[in-house]
Amino acid sequence: MSLRILVGVKRVIDYAVKIRVKPDKSGVITEGVKHSMNPFDEIAIEEAVRMKEKKIAKEIVAFSCGPAQCQETLRTALAMGADRGIHVEVAGPQFDTLQPLHISKMLAQLAKDEQIDLIIVGKQAIDDDCNQTAQMTAALLDWPQATSASKIEAKDGSLQVVREIDGGLETIKVKLPTVVSADLRLNEPRYATLPNIMKAKKKPIKKLTPKDLGVDVSPRIEVVTVEEPPVRLAGAKVENVDMMVEKLKALGHA
Amino acid sequence: MLPCFVRRAVFSFNPRYSHAKNVFPNIRHLVTSVDPSSGLTEEQQQIYKTALDFAHLEMRPHMAEWDEKHHWDLVLFTAREDYGGTGLSRLDASITFEALSQGCVSTTAYISIHNMCAWMIDKFGREDLRKTWIPQLASMEKLASYCLTEPGAGSDAGSLNTTAKKSGNDLILNGSKAFISGGGDTDVYLIMCRTGEPGPKGISCVLVEKGTPGLSFGKKEKKIGWNSQPTRAVILEDCRVPISNIIGKEGQGFSIAMKGLNGGRVNIASCSLGAAQASLEISADHLKVRKQFGKPLADFQHSQFQMARMATKLVASRMMIRNAATALEESHPNDVTLCSMAKLYATEACFEIVNTALQLHGGYGYLKDYAVQQYLRDIRVHLILEGTNEVMQMVIAKDILKSK
Repeated sequence: MSLRILVGVKRVIDYAVKIRVKPDKSGVITEGVKHSMNPFDEIAIEEAVRMKEKKIAKEIVAFSCGPAQCQETLRTALAMGADRGIHVEVAGPQFDTLQPLHISKMLAQLAKDEQIDLIIVGKQAIDDDCNQTAQMTAALLDWPQATSASKIEAKDGSLQVVREIDGGLETIKVKLPTVVSADLRLNEPRYATLPNIMKAKKKPIKKLTPKDLGVDVSPRIEVVTVEEPPVRLAGAKVENVDMMVEKLKALGHA
Repeated sequence: MLPCFVRRAVFSFNPRYSHAKNVFPNIRHLVTSVDPSSGLTEEQQQIYKTALDFAHLEMRPHMAEWDEKHHWDLVLFTAREDYGGTGLSRLDASITFEALSQGCVSTTAYISIHNMCAWMIDKFGREDLRKTWIPQLASMEKLASYCLTEPGAGSDAGSLNTTAKKSGNDLILNGSKAFISGGGDTDVYLIMCRTGEPGPKGISCVLVEKGTPGLSFGKKEKKIGWNSQPTRAVILEDCRVPISNIIGKEGQGFSIAMKGLNGGRVNIASCSLGAAQASLEISADHLKVRKQFGKPLADFQHSQFQMARMATKLVASRMMIRNAATALEESHPNDVTLCSMAKLYATEACFEIVNTALQLHGGYGYLKDYAVQQYLRDIRVHLILEGTNEVMQMVIAKDILKSK
């Protein structure tokens, strides 16, 4: 097999950063805050690179949508082993209301334009936790989907994917072309080596607009308010188990 | 983004260069700040980020354990690409060490010494030595130690006593070397020894492999910090190596050793910088969480002023270090002085930063459960090694006072 793989990589606030809500509650503070590639997308890139190393894939295209800084995220993907990047620039209020459906439409169009055989994305982004992009992309393309993958094996023209489901693992076989979303245990992403970071600079990043892909990203929703989760209140001590059960019952937990 | 600018804009006390900023209109891209990535090219930011991720995930969690066990986890680094083999610039190396040292100063400092030895062989060694050693050193399969200091020759290194006498096609080495980082555990020793007249001009740099008969080691020294790597005396008794093991020319050894140290000084200063950066960040978090007298420590003006001074010293150190790294890369006429200034200023300023950070932590800062005390212990020695800060002042003064 010599697949062409498209991998979606999202630029998100770094997982180690403490998220703070803007004083006007219109969103979270992103300015001056460390951003990184969505960890699940790192796993997606790693899987694609491994497939290329095993000669299952011949080309890896990394895609990111968002403000200009997304190019840094794409560079990370290129340093890890992607061959080229596609950046669809969306900034300002349009970016704030960007939805998984928009990204799915872009991915679907790119899959057609670039003759893609396999799309891999992270199962969800750690900022909005949507877990929708893979599913909707598959629907738009009318391709099979294998979500929450923890193992992928290529077998004569199809993929055997082990999925993490509630209460266990499910093994399915999907025909190519297909859409896969990466779960946490699929692999452990590598550190880009210094020479590969240098080489990444020379790899091409194509810049597109949503319009180029025929996607209308004008806002259809309005963010009314963003609030921090309630602060955990202090608990109370109980004397014994009976009293605890009684309390739990009174609070409606048991 | 603008790599050529970063390489060219070297500011020194030399008035010829002090207006350089007017020559480069896009100078704002070069602005160094509290954010370590500021002023770096896109590529360098990527290098910094990768190194920092590595430091946070693979080193920081083990830092206290390595300190306690007095041993690093060498397996960790064997898989890693090294700088010697990557064609990185001096500035690239500096930012890498700055990032890695946030994970463990002691381990990173040893890597910088290893890197310096590899550079000396790569730069001055004959083709066959390069071919044999660089691939193994660059992959860190083999490790190297730098051996200049002797029990009787510290700051006055040019007076060293270890001898290498010719016997046919061999050299016979006798003498001892003190405070050798990695000594006993590493595979290759670059020994500065006397092959000729007294003074610096009679010194050659000789490569000695571990296992050579006559090469032995002293006891493992007990130290305040730098505990993840061993320090031992290296003893040479009728140790026979081929003359072809001389790095560079006979009599060039002291010059090679000093050239190695120039980069070494920038790198060691970079390790102090990483410790200071980490300490500043840890302190900021601590001040926001820790409450006394009914409010967070961050609300007290004293803490605020301390943080302000720490951050200011940090940026000043970073500017001097990166400036020196660029000067070295460009073979700037004042490169030696600028490297000495960077080492002198940054190692002291960063020690003060970490010391203040420890004070801001109160009693907790003194506990081994908190990282600040280890940063303090690990960077204290940077005021002493790679040329003491007193020697740095001698070098700087000599340059300033020389007759023009």
